[in-house]
Amino acid sequence: MPKTKQSEALKDIGQNYDEKYGFRKPESYTFKSQRGLSEEVVRNISGMKKEPQWMLDFRLKALDIFFKKPMPTWGDTDLLNGIDFKNIYYYIRPGEKQSTDWNDVPKDIKDTFDKLGIPQAERKFLAGVTAQYESEVVYHSLQKEVEKQGVIFLDMDSGLREHPEIVKKYFGKIIPSMDNKFAALNSAVWSGGSFIYVPKGVHVTIPLQAYFRINAENMGQFERTLIIADEGSSIHYIEGCTAPSYSSDSLHSAVVELIAEKNAKIRYTTIQNWSKNVYNLVTKRAIAKEAATVEWIDGNLGSKLTMKYPAVYLMGERAHGEVLSIAFSGKDQHQDAGAKMVHAASNTTSVVTSKSISKDGGRSTYRGLLKVEKGAKNVKATVRCDALLLDEESRSDTYPTMEAHENKIDLGHEASVSKVGDEQLFYLTSRGISEQEAMMMIVNGFIEPFTKELPLEYAVELNRLIQLEMEGSVG
Amino acid sequence: MKKESNILFEIKNLYVSVEGKEILKGLDLKIERGKVHAFMGRNGSGKTTLSYTIMGHPKYKVTQGEILFKGQNIVPLRPDERAKLRLFLAFQYPVSIPGVSVGNFLRASMKAVRGGDVPIKEFRTKLKEKMQLLDMKDSVLGRYVNDGFSGGEKKRLEILQMALMEPEMTILDETDSGLDIDALNIVAEGINRLRSQDRSMLVITHYQRLLNYVKPDYVHVLSDGKIIRSGGAELAKQLETQGYEWILKERGEGNAQNKTV
Repeated sequence: MPKTKQSEALKDIGQNYDEKYGFRKPESYTFKSQRGLSEEVVRNISGMKKEPQWMLDFRLKALDIFFKKPMPTWGDTDLLNGIDFKNIYYYIRPGEKQSTDWNDVPKDIKDTFDKLGIPQAERKFLAGVTAQYESEVVYHSLQKEVEKQGVIFLDMDSGLREHPEIVKKYFGKIIPSMDNKFAALNSAVWSGGSFIYVPKGVHVTIPLQAYFRINAENMGQFERTLIIADEGSSIHYIEGCTAPSYSSDSLHSAVVELIAEKNAKIRYTTIQNWSKNVYNLVTKRAIAKEAATVEWIDGNLGSKLTMKYPAVYLMGERAHGEVLSIAFSGKDQHQDAGAKMVHAASNTTSVVTSKSISKDGGRSTYRGLLKVEKGAKNVKATVRCDALLLDEESRSDTYPTMEAHENKIDLGHEASVSKVGDEQLFYLTSRGISEQEAMMMIVNGFIEPFTKELPLEYAVELNRLIQLEMEGSVG
Repeated sequence: MKKESNILFEIKNLYVSVEGKEILKGLDLKIERGKVHAFMGRNGSGKTTLSYTIMGHPKYKVTQGEILFKGQNIVPLRPDERAKLRLFLAFQYPVSIPGVSVGNFLRASMKAVRGGDVPIKEFRTKLKEKMQLLDMKDSVLGRYVNDGFSGGEKKRLEILQMALMEPEMTILDETDSGLDIDALNIVAEGINRLRSQDRSMLVITHYQRLLNYVKPDYVHVLSDGKIIRSGGAELAKQLETQGYEWILKERGEGNAQNKTV
């Protein structure tokens, strides 16, 4: 009898990362901080950026909070406590200028982004791009037509220099440094990220994208993103990220703040594909005012440990929040992801859909909070979590938390855990389909609710990514 | 009997175990091209084990014997390899594959069975024709495979696949179960259209009902993992009116059989 090839077909998931994304270039920089974190490092960063005093003060205060705050005592504490903060480089400046033409980008860096397909994607379907390499944005573009509409799309450092009044008003207001240890860390050493302002009534119909690349070993990348969609405007922002595979750890800790004013709509899409030596500890939070919509489309494929719970605070009536996420956990990976929905106004609605796939002993955790504040009437919320386990060694956990201070709420919660059944595989293979292709079909089918929300090119890319992870090397 | 060379499918002294329990205990069968054989038996007699074993379900272990299809022993082959030889199983309980559309699935399996691309135009024409025959709506193509399908819809999709794959040997596992009389008519019509001098079928059924529509050339009675009686179409009728008990009694197994069910 033929024995099931399932284990063989699955064995190679994640084996092709190195070639496609995990390649490395020789290190080249104009400044590299010492390993480890200190006041000196923070002052250096701020000084090199010629920041206003208030930002330096903000950083130093955050540094103090970071040092004082204990590590989280929840989540995967074993992995978390493995972070060696003293071994990380907190700031690497890859060059002295930002280019608006790929030909002006240093060769190794340009080659990197070429290989990752960023310039090609930009030509085909993006309205603007920023490309961050280590700590700084090295390339930036925005279509003229979009710029003419008054849309601001800059890296965060330029945003601070050119629009200090807006930045000062919002920066750190949605996610204060006190929020958590890693938000404090980011606030102290942040560099790069995106700053976007969409004026009233302007619809940016083509997505803007930021791409984040870590190249150096033991790098810490701490970009900071702030997006403001003014009344009645809309925007779709996409971010992607990758890193070389190293045997020792890197750290990525971002803070992302979104504000959707009355009737505005923000969609924020992430395809996180860090190498398996990267800790990815990110704080993402949005404020949705009256009748505004915020959607987090969050895909987590890479990293060693991800802890990320995109939040929407529904502050105005009829605001709508949505989190649609997938997590893929392979060997030595833990995706601890989820969503937070805080209903602070009446007639607000939210939908959370979480899908996870675990294999080769990988762990996926859904951790979510659904909160209904006192006075928020007629709230409607649904949470749906589906986990797919591809083998016996893998693990999935769900920790949904609900806090309701009102009675009149319409709440739906569903959770399921399923295994790729022998019966599904048998059915498909009995139709002539190979076991690997059958497995792909099942997995792609499982995440279809996610991929259908992505722009076509990204859906194709994501399917291809997962296929890469699922396919064995030939022979 | 015709010459040996016209045998399409043959089972020789087949023993099969599932999770250590022996279910088939020395089964022999020969099917000539163009013939329809029916397998009848009570629940637990080994009918589904037989169909899953023929298609190569990994849980069903052949401990002894051979299954020859077009002269080749298919026991060492994977299910997809068997399908490519043009062997087809219409499932009793087809599973759902959420997120995979019927249209994509059908094209993928046609491609796989043929071992080459299926031009979209040809695919559509063929699909349209077969679906009309089975009284299926186009909208089914956009739905997920068997997801939320009624019993009748599932069985129609099985027969649609059979019609598209053009198998030389088909096993129909309890295809009539869960069908109302109208659906049974349509499904049976779909099956009968695929009968030809070159194709053979094995119809596994608990009841004789389907055999009124799909007339078998031979009927076999399965009990406790073995064929205990073979005959023509009239045997099915006899089983319907008289039950299985008389055969078992003739063999002196009547009471023993009840215990093993």
